[in-house]
Amino acid sequence: MMLLPCPWCGPRNAGEFKYAGEGGARPDPATTTPEEWRRYLYFHANTRGWVTESWYHGAGCRRWLVVERHTLTHEVRGVRDAVQVAREGTR
Amino acid sequence: MTSTNGNGNGHRNGRVRGYSAWSLLRHGLSRSEWPRAWHDRELRPSYDAVIIGGGVHGLATAYYLAKNHGMTNVAVLDRSYIGGGGSGRNTSILRSNYLTPEGVRFYDRSVKLYEHLAADLNFNVMFSQRGHLTLAHNDASMRTMAWRTEVNKLQGVESEVIGPDEVKELVPYLDTSAETRYPILGALYHPPGGVVRHDAVVWGYARAADAHGVHIHQKTEVTGIDVERGRVTGVQTTRGRIATPVVLNATAGWSSLISDMAGVAMPVQTFPLQAAVTEPVRPFLDTVVVSGTLHVYVSQSDRGELVFGASVDPFASYSMRGSLEFTEGIAGHVLELMPALAKMRLLRQWAGLCDMTPDYSPIMGPTPVEGFYVDVGWGTYGFKAGPVSGEAMAACLAEEKPPEIISAFGLDRFLSGRLVGEKGAAAVGH
Ligand SMILES: Cc1cc2nc3c(=O)[nH]c(=O)nc-3n(C[C@H](O)[C@H](O)[C@H](O)COP(=O)(O)OP(=O)(O)OC[C@H]3O[C@@H](n4cnc5c(N)ncnc54)[C@H](O)[C@@H]3O)c2cc1C
Ligand SMILES: [Zn+2]
Repeated sequence: MMLLPCPWCGPRNAGEFKYAGEGGARPDPATTTPEEWRRYLYFHANTRGWVTESWYHGAGCRRWLVVERHTLTHEVRGVRDAVQVAREGTR
Repeated sequence: MTSTNGNGNGHRNGRVRGYSAWSLLRHGLSRSEWPRAWHDRELRPSYDAVIIGGGVHGLATAYYLAKNHGMTNVAVLDRSYIGGGGSGRNTSILRSNYLTPEGVRFYDRSVKLYEHLAADLNFNVMFSQRGHLTLAHNDASMRTMAWRTEVNKLQGVESEVIGPDEVKELVPYLDTSAETRYPILGALYHPPGGVVRHDAVVWGYARAADAHGVHIHQKTEVTGIDVERGRVTGVQTTRGRIATPVVLNATAGWSSLISDMAGVAMPVQTFPLQAAVTEPVRPFLDTVVVSGTLHVYVSQSDRGELVFGASVDPFASYSMRGSLEFTEGIAGHVLELMPALAKMRLLRQWAGLCDMTPDYSPIMGPTPVEGFYVDVGWGTYGFKAGPVSGEAMAACLAEEKPPEIISAFGLDRFLSGRLVGEKGAAAVGH
């Protein structure tokens, strides 16, 4: 189907991972309106092309990963550990 | 029935040349060519309405616009060929045993329209109401089925929960023993459900719309939508600009891309859904069998092939490639249900794109851009809705107001929070 090069486990079948999709910036629940919250929950860019998305390697290292993937060709050009990405603030 | 049409534009009233037993005999004996069912027309610089997407939804809307509302200066545009999207790739299961009153009422109207569609379109759509069985393998499913039965009955839709013995009687090849990994505890039985010939539905609508004067333009891709001061003024295509005050987005799996062109955000994600057929065998399965727990469904086509379907692929994609995981998964699950099929061979598999919504219900009606309408969010279940959506969207475009039957399915529900949750009745794709 598709190989994802996990930075910890090497190239693995996508079936080992849990797809979590394109994430947007989460609004602050304390200050957001219900409408903004629903916009965050329900609406998607649904890009045809390169996307940056989250995957979880459940059957491997059990780390959250940030994956750059093309949604038409399934090319993958980068997989990084989500914690590292968050530390560097480079998502 | 057999009114001929000598001049080039005399298609206004009804059919060009009717199909009948007599015409079949005449053509068979004389070996004369059948006239084309629909025509390639000159692209006009403007239309009263432009429908993007030549699937069952776009074509049905065009047909009912002409037939019910006298609007014939209408174009249907498709980037490839009509029926090349989900409408030519689905497993053609029709049913109305949904979970919400809004959903049941809506899909039931479609089944009713399908019952008369062949006569209405003068095109044999081969609707076979052979009954539809949704198997339950655990208590939670049994409860959802009881719930669906009650909602269905309240809306006048035939539906009942039956036990394993009755299931066995309907489908002797099913393994209903208690020794399986997921024993069958019962099923939701829906007698009016069945299958139709999906290509015939698409072609029938195309031919009937064409006969009413609607223009069908294949190989015409929309590349932009012109919006001035919050109002649609036209569409840009690979064959030039078309001016129009009304645009309908009926592009299913591609619908986010079209809505983007008008600047309208959508609660949609595109996932591939795969299906497969086996070699043909003698008829032995005369109902549709679905298992939500095993994510699989099976029916036997008129040609004898077994048609298999499943749930959507596990990640969002615009690719229509099949995968080995799907084939392995479906084979395993089908064998769990019907071990006797172990020696059957798969002939082919394919995929189509599904525009999934958060509540597994469609999105129909106006958008914040005046004149720009959507008929999308058809996910894995939209073929059955073609007739009712066509009828309702035609009324919506002609009267600039969504009719009651689709009022629960507006785009604004995702901001107001009034979702129409159908996951319990629509998660296995069909
Ligand atoms: C494998 C599979 C099995 C299914 N099984 C069932 C089933 O059993 N029962 C059921 O009810 N539903 C089923 N479905 C769902 C059903 O097929 C779809 O919901 C339905 O066909 C959608 O019809 P549509 O007319 O809205 O879109 P489509 O038929 O997908 O048509 C959209 C059209 O838009 C065109 N288009 C896209 N972009 C552009 C552009 N830029 N310019 C011009 N044209 C464009 C495409 O070429 C396409 O022809 C299944 C789907 C799949 C993939
Ligand atoms: Zn890993």
